[in-house]
Amino acid sequence: MSIDARFKVTYPGFSLDVNLELPGQGVTALFGQSGSGKTTFLRCVAGLEKAAGGYLRVNGNLWQGEGICLPVNCRPIGYVFQEANLFPHLSVENNLGYGLKRARQAIPGLAMHQAVELLGIGHLLKRMPERLSGGERQRVAIARALLASPKLLLLDEPLAALDQERKNEILPYLERLRDELEIPVLYVSHSQDEVARLADHLVVLEGGNVIARGPLTEVLARIDLPIRLGEDASVVLEAVVAERDEAWHLARVEFAGGSLWVRDKGIPTGHPVRIRILARDVSIAREKLTGTSLLNILSATVTGMGDDTHPAVALMRLTVGASSIVARLTRRSAAALDLRSGNAVWIQIKAVALIA
Amino acid sequence: MTSDDLVALRLTLALACTTTILLLLIGTPIAWWLARTRSRLKGPIAAVVALPLVLPPTVLGFYLLVILGPNGPIGELTLALGLGVLPFSFPGLVVASVFYSMPFVVQPIQNAFEAIGDRPLEAAATLRAGAIDRFFTVAVPLARPGFMSASILGFAHTVGEFGVVLMIGGNIPGKTRVISVQIYDHVEALEYAQAHWLAGGLLAFSFLVLLVLYTLNPSRRKGL
Repeated sequence: MSIDARFKVTYPGFSLDVNLELPGQGVTALFGQSGSGKTTFLRCVAGLEKAAGGYLRVNGNLWQGEGICLPVNCRPIGYVFQEANLFPHLSVENNLGYGLKRARQAIPGLAMHQAVELLGIGHLLKRMPERLSGGERQRVAIARALLASPKLLLLDEPLAALDQERKNEILPYLERLRDELEIPVLYVSHSQDEVARLADHLVVLEGGNVIARGPLTEVLARIDLPIRLGEDASVVLEAVVAERDEAWHLARVEFAGGSLWVRDKGIPTGHPVRIRILARDVSIAREKLTGTSLLNILSATVTGMGDDTHPAVALMRLTVGASSIVARLTRRSAAALDLRSGNAVWIQIKAVALIA
Repeated sequence: MTSDDLVALRLTLALACTTTILLLLIGTPIAWWLARTRSRLKGPIAAVVALPLVLPPTVLGFYLLVILGPNGPIGELTLALGLGVLPFSFPGLVVASVFYSMPFVVQPIQNAFEAIGDRPLEAAATLRAGAIDRFFTVAVPLARPGFMSASILGFAHTVGEFGVVLMIGGNIPGKTRVISVQIYDHVEALEYAQAHWLAGGLLAFSFLVLLVLYTLNPSRRKGL
């Protein structure tokens, strides 16, 4: 189960040159700044961009290469554009029906009522697209794409055109999608936040080239990349809710290497969760602090140091059991503490976000 | 109105209807091609389509007469096919009107197709619609205001043509004598009262057409 893609496209002032083998299941995020080629790559996969000489095989089916190039309408994809791109002359219901009617009947797909329920758009069916909010439009667009019975779902920055409130409205639906459907998803984004919440696998693009790829937790913990990942350097850890302290509304989550206290969001014990720790929320001490308000103090080993966005600060990679955490500290502090690879230290974590 | 006037009126309406229908059939693919192509031929083809906008109708009529006449290339073809020659016949007027009114039909449709942009068509393609399917289910419905303008302008422009008709159709009552020519005849004969009826009617008709065009044609909605 894999997606093999090789594309080489050249435009004036831009070129894309990628050769990727991506997992054929789960959510793969294509991450990068604008102009990094992530959208162009997605359009090549969809066939919207004609990449002469390209090669694309999706879970065993050849879509492009060896003299074949399936046109867009023959590729079993679902594509969600940055702007919802609904048909303005059709009602929501007819927009949803457009792909449903044309999908190959041989592929048992989602039924209309399932898609409508999954995205919570039942009350909008009779409306025209111009009478929807940005968030509603995007939910309709996602449902429309799902109803075309895709074998590969392509999302091109589906949240980028929305404000934070609308993003928060849609993210839970995207998480449900990831958890309930078994369709591989390629998710283009320049938001670390979205990537941390949704992706299982991460590909980082820069200037039309792939500069990093791998499981999300591994790529985020790489300290040779953070400049490219931007201001919000962070790590994501897979964990399990181990204990709930109802008196203080806290939950203890266990990850490979230790456990952390987080705000209790009502997730039952034993449930897998994902936690995100921003590098700026992690500080380092030589001695174990006492008399501190911080709940999460772990013993760790320094395993490397890398550059950050400003010369005053550096990123330090720390190993906690089998997991990696990244801390941001000033170079002056690093020198004062004389931190080197192999040092045993204590880390204090100011904030841990539970991202379901 | 005299019975001659009524005959001229009926002929004019028949000519305008036939021409508009033919132009929608011929002009739509041309407009689609002009709106979507990146070919170097786009400029020359667009210029040819627009020629009647600037060319004196007599020039257009003269060349059509030469080409369609018994010694012209198309005239020889129609003769060989046993169709006779087109000048001084109703079909000849239709052919001439199609050329003459072409830009008034092609340009509004072309503008409407261009205004749609690539996005809705790309969305349709990702939803399994093939090229022809996309054209009829997305492009045409979204270009509807353009088709409205094109039909109205093409019809009205054909109703008002004079120079081309005179050159290629002459002035045969019941066959090629349309309203504009009838007005000319009335004026020549100093029958101003009859001329007023027809001229005033055309004036009112033209005004109404433009009024409908500017008030009913909804301003294009923004892409969603």
